[in-house]
Amino acid sequence: MSEQKLQSQTVQTTGHAWDGDLQEYNNPLPVWWVYTFYATFIFAIVYWTIYPSWPFGKGWIGGLSDITYVNSAGETKTHSWNTRALFLEDMNKAAVAQKPYFDKVQSMSYEQISHDPEITAFILSSGKALFADNCAACHQAGGQGVVGFFPNLTDDDWLYGGSYEQIHQTLVNGRRGYMPSFGEVLSGAQISDLANYVASLSGIAHDAAKAKAGDVLFHSETAACYYCHGVDAKGRKEIGAPNLTDGIWLWAGVAAAPSGEGKVAAIRTVISGGLAKGVMPAWGGRLSPEQIKVLTVYVHDLGGGV
Amino acid sequence: MQTGLEDQLGLYQKRIPIFTRSVKGRFRRFKTAVLVLAYSIFFLLPWVPWPRPDAPSQAVLFDVLGRRFLIFGLTVYPQDVIWLALLLFIAAILLFFVTGLVGRAFCGYFCFQTLWTDFFIWIEYKIQGERPARVRLFRQPWNREKLLKIGATHALWLLASFWTGLTFAAYFAYAPQLVLDFFTGQAAAAAYITVTALTLATYAAAGLMREQICTYICPYGRFQSVMYEAETLAVHYDAKRGEGAHGRASVRAGRGIVVERRSRERAEATVMEERRRVNRNSGERALAERHEQGLGDCIDCGLCVQVCPVGIDIRDGLQYKCISCGLCIDACNTIMDSFNFPRGLIRYDSEKNLASTTPAAPRLEWKRLKIIGYGAALVLMSAYLVYSISTRGSFDRAVSQIRQPLYVVLSNGDIRNRYQIRITNKAAEDQTYQISARGIPASALDVGHFREITIKPGHSGMVQASVRLSPALAAQTQHFEILITPMGKPAETRAEVIRFDTPSLRP
Repeated sequence: MSEQKLQSQTVQTTGHAWDGDLQEYNNPLPVWWVYTFYATFIFAIVYWTIYPSWPFGKGWIGGLSDITYVNSAGETKTHSWNTRALFLEDMNKAAVAQKPYFDKVQSMSYEQISHDPEITAFILSSGKALFADNCAACHQAGGQGVVGFFPNLTDDDWLYGGSYEQIHQTLVNGRRGYMPSFGEVLSGAQISDLANYVASLSGIAHDAAKAKAGDVLFHSETAACYYCHGVDAKGRKEIGAPNLTDGIWLWAGVAAAPSGEGKVAAIRTVISGGLAKGVMPAWGGRLSPEQIKVLTVYVHDLGGGV
Repeated sequence: MQTGLEDQLGLYQKRIPIFTRSVKGRFRRFKTAVLVLAYSIFFLLPWVPWPRPDAPSQAVLFDVLGRRFLIFGLTVYPQDVIWLALLLFIAAILLFFVTGLVGRAFCGYFCFQTLWTDFFIWIEYKIQGERPARVRLFRQPWNREKLLKIGATHALWLLASFWTGLTFAAYFAYAPQLVLDFFTGQAAAAAYITVTALTLATYAAAGLMREQICTYICPYGRFQSVMYEAETLAVHYDAKRGEGAHGRASVRAGRGIVVERRSRERAEATVMEERRRVNRNSGERALAERHEQGLGDCIDCGLCVQVCPVGIDIRDGLQYKCISCGLCIDACNTIMDSFNFPRGLIRYDSEKNLASTTPAAPRLEWKRLKIIGYGAALVLMSAYLVYSISTRGSFDRAVSQIRQPLYVVLSNGDIRNRYQIRITNKAAEDQTYQISARGIPASALDVGHFREITIKPGHSGMVQASVRLSPALAAQTQHFEILITPMGKPAETRAEVIRFDTPSLRP
């Protein structure tokens, strides 16, 4: 109805007539619209002067607004406004805000840190981020590791030692775990004997007779296991040889095997094939000393240390 | 001349200026009392001192940088956001409750827009005079008088707006220092921005836009309208009584059944004439005469329209613009009194009562499911808020189990779970907390060197805890408690029940 009403009304025409009766309605744009349109022109000009806008030669017109920040080296940098500079400003501001804490961590002894609630809280949060960025790819987000590949950092068994100093050493220089393969040196029966002996050390179901033979072999010059794992089979932290008498198995899939035979078989696989994958990269050149110290404390606290 | 264009429906209606006449009466007195009370609280509260050890001595201070609200003896931290949520819930339910009972009472008496508009109209009235004078001033060409009066009005409005903005800002900083800094150019940029924005907003809303805010912008007015029920009391014109059989009419119509509608400009003269007449007749006689002629009680003086701050005629019935301020009731009662007619031609009444054949005296009808429901919700939530605030501890705590991994089997077969304990000190001074466990051997809990941890007011402390149990014990332990005791306040000890996970419990 309203349409009919509108059509019945006379609308102004532009006044021209073509072909005798062809006329054009004059429906001007609303005034508010026109002025808003003009306002956008003014806005654009103001925007061009303040922010980077036009390409110019090999660069661009930077605009009047600047971003100034102090970077971690203490230099003052000024850029014309752009989102990258904005990002750098944010990152540097955060780094400057964190610096006193990192400096404090660096200046304190491990003992002092463990008594300071504020620094401990800082390490819990900053260490979590550092760990997630650098360590979690192998050791997993919570430090629980992957059996057969990456050690669990939350238990109390440390291949290379779990003191602050030892963890720091591991972080800075990395580690290279190695066990020769005995598949071609020993016979299948000998390996089986050894596997039963190793299983007996940590109370896994085994063949007692074979274990007895394995005991002899373990301490003999033929297999010479005791060179690395020690006469008592408790391992040697200097070279990362694991303790075979505890309940923790990194390389052999003992925990996952359902039966005693499976567990023994898992051990046999390791003896037979050896290991060359226990590589921890060195972080000394990649992270700053403060970051490594934060990570040291963080990793130490994951497992409650030793 | 353009033809045809004038009749098109416009999307924008040009504002018709409203010049309200001042009026005396019950509702005016109530509105003034609310205004004075609300202004006293708003403008004076930031200046009330309150001794504090660690913050400026201001009774109400919203310390944004310190992330806390200081409200007299109460310190509110972000963790207490539930109180804000409850408060907003209570406010909403209170609005529904009151609206269901007595209509848009919030709009009419308590809303900031109404209060500030009222105050601005009062300024206008003091400078430019009563309604006729203001209308005259509006219509006359710009001369010295108009320039001075309008200029002074706007200047005072701006001043009031500015002080409103500054007072608002004073809730967020130590007021005396802020005012000093503000005028010496040393206040924070945020203060200048806030005050400028609020000054302009107040000036625009209360000075220039006024009822347009309620009509076009405010969502609350609209959704309150749908909460009306037939029993809801609202400002109504009793059309049956006012219009009679032949409609409203001035008293002059008493000479015969000639229904003459008075133009509003002549209302003044009508009132005077009526008064003289009534001096001769008693109210009852005049009324009886009118009723005989089939005339209603409304003498069409138009005063109810003149006093209306949103510029409506209440006699057209309940309408969405009405903010229910009651000023038309005052106006009508004044006129009825002067003629010795009974009061209440415009009154608070319910649609249901007005529609009934024998209207009873208006009364509050609260025995409705909606009202009782809202009332119950209101009582429950208020009680919970009061309970929650009065039983607040001096600290907050959260004990969360570290779930990656859930448990660790140690080299001797023991099982270890780890937890993160976060304690937030909500007291006003440093506090030391003791952490202990119940339900497991004391030696099983390891919190490093933080069996006692000292935390600054408003800060949080994080402690890593681990619990180590032998397999036999672990198999029996599914839950235990971590106790956090503020040193010297054993009564405030709080226990958190937490899980202990073991491999055997793994599905």
